[in-house]
Amino acid sequence: MTTRIYVPRDAAALSVGADDVATRIAAEAAARGDDIAIVRNGSRGMCWLEPLVEVETAEGRVAYGPVSVDDVARLFDAGILEGGADTLYLGPTEAIPYFARQQRLTFARCGVVDPLSIEDYRAHGGYEGLQRALSMAREEIVAEVTDSGLRGRGGAGFPTGIKWQTVLDAPAEPKYIVCNADEGDSGTFADRMLMEGDPFTLIEGMTMAGVAVGATVGYIYLRSEYPHAHRTLREAITTAREHGYLGPSVAGSAHPFDIEVRLGAGAYICGEETALLESLEGRRGLIRPRPPLPAVSGLFGQPTVVNNVLSLATVPVILERGAEAYREFGMGRSRGTQPVQLAGNVKRGGLIELAFGVTLRELIENYGGGTASGRPVRAVQVGGPLGAYFPDSLLDTPLDYEAIAAADGLLGHGGVVVFDDTVDLASQARFAMAFCAFESCGKCTPCRIGATRGVEVIDRIVAGEERTANLELLDDLNDLMTKASLCALGGLTPIPVRSALQHFPEDFSRPAPVATTG
Amino acid sequence: MKLDAYRTWDDERARRLIEAVAHLPGALLPVLHSLQDEFGYIDDAAIPLITDALNVSRAEVVGVIHFYHDFRTAPPGRHTLRVCRAESCQSMGSQALAAHIEERLGTPMESTTADGEFTLENVYCLGNCALSPAVMLDGRLYGRVTPERVDALLAPALTATGGAA
Repeated sequence: MTTRIYVPRDAAALSVGADDVATRIAAEAAARGDDIAIVRNGSRGMCWLEPLVEVETAEGRVAYGPVSVDDVARLFDAGILEGGADTLYLGPTEAIPYFARQQRLTFARCGVVDPLSIEDYRAHGGYEGLQRALSMAREEIVAEVTDSGLRGRGGAGFPTGIKWQTVLDAPAEPKYIVCNADEGDSGTFADRMLMEGDPFTLIEGMTMAGVAVGATVGYIYLRSEYPHAHRTLREAITTAREHGYLGPSVAGSAHPFDIEVRLGAGAYICGEETALLESLEGRRGLIRPRPPLPAVSGLFGQPTVVNNVLSLATVPVILERGAEAYREFGMGRSRGTQPVQLAGNVKRGGLIELAFGVTLRELIENYGGGTASGRPVRAVQVGGPLGAYFPDSLLDTPLDYEAIAAADGLLGHGGVVVFDDTVDLASQARFAMAFCAFESCGKCTPCRIGATRGVEVIDRIVAGEERTANLELLDDLNDLMTKASLCALGGLTPIPVRSALQHFPEDFSRPAPVATTG
Repeated sequence: MKLDAYRTWDDERARRLIEAVAHLPGALLPVLHSLQDEFGYIDDAAIPLITDALNVSRAEVVGVIHFYHDFRTAPPGRHTLRVCRAESCQSMGSQALAAHIEERLGTPMESTTADGEFTLENVYCLGNCALSPAVMLDGRLYGRVTPERVDALLAPALTATGGAA
């Protein structure tokens, strides 16, 4: 009997040697005459255990990890094909506490299926949502998404259904679906993991959006830093076309829909939806003033749905199980689940999909197991480079849009980056301004000039030059950037800066470094 | 993304590459990617070919090339090492890692070694944040990178050329 062995093809797993492990397993099995089939799955999201090798046994899938090439022969000796005991043995994969405590909806198939097998996808509920959607009126599909309470997972948290309704109501044709896969925030990798581990979910979600609003063309704007996701998406789109799920007649229906992947070129600003549209049109990624909203006048001036990868990839499960089932998860106005990415200086980093409301402390302590360095946690940045740095006293804040906003932060794309006590928040604040200056599109003055002045003022504060006056100046500059910038880059850069000043003032008031002469 | 795989600039080949994607709506980025994938950079000679094919101005093409951090206007070294400098990697010592790499190769970030072997680039997030710090060498991603690990990655190229620095 053929034994199936799963070795992830996810970029994180590859970054710690998964390809070599897969090759060694194949060679070892061949040498021993063992009958195996290696499946290159996505990641389960337990990144610290990568490469995580799973074996399908009579008792279900069991896991070993992290496996290096040097472990492979020993694992075969230990009887890995029957789930034999070894120091790397982790037991049934889905019983690993880190995984078992999660509520996987968007990522239900990620790491489970072969990402490029459409048969596998269908065997795990794939395309059931689309079949249901095809039997519904357009307004009904949009209403289902609205009723689910799904909010944009890219960062802004705007209700997805309302955006779709606006595009549906717009009279102009053609309409477009644009997937924002420009996942530029440090500390985030959920989009990448999903695109590499379960690409058909995104394809299905975009197809539903197209059917719902009457669009026939979709673009995935993917950042160029993700070459693995690029290959996987292109292959999956070709497969979906071959099986009639994309093309002139989606799943045998009267709806035509097709998708093209476009690569960005290393500009963080293109994650902002209007800059992204400019870039897709072949121009510099300059922000467009709003109004008009992209839903009314977006790509090539046409009504356009611009949604994040996770928003679109969550639509299939909503249509499959119904809006009510999705709404049951979460708290307050944050419904459903949030795929949190636990990153940075943390022992057990990875992807954790949970109903909204888990606290930062639970994440860092119960899931993360503390810092990788073993030193105390000093600061946690939530929501990417435009998110706040939280001190220990705020770690009991629950992760939902409103609670994080009430603590003067933002949930963003759900990235949580942990820093130990060696971090210097003055230099993190300086980096926030420097990053803004580096990535500014230059369209508006508060961002273009303000960020550069911000770096200079922070430098003067750290150097001890007229600290009180310069702190006042920095506060004034933060105020100006917040209120007068055209988009979130300039408008939110003050968030990390202000949080650093508020919660870690001691880092800005250290004795000035002694000037060296000669 | 190795130079071994890059061709030297060739007008005719460039023209064909441009033609292959010029029909796409908003074709300029696909055109530039296609040229850079083939030649490793965008040669000045490409600009009139692009303006003709896409019916856009020279200013637009040059503006786009310079706006996006990815596009180069000069050939890179034989190997490209991209080091993540964003927050997650900072929390795991990427500043020290970058300093180590600069010292090992004898050239600062955003430059190419004198022997043309390595181009060092800063990158702001490779999406491997649970396994920080991360680097990408010739399109291959590496996580939990230590100075020792980076030395091992660079070793084959350094041995082949007698060692930089």
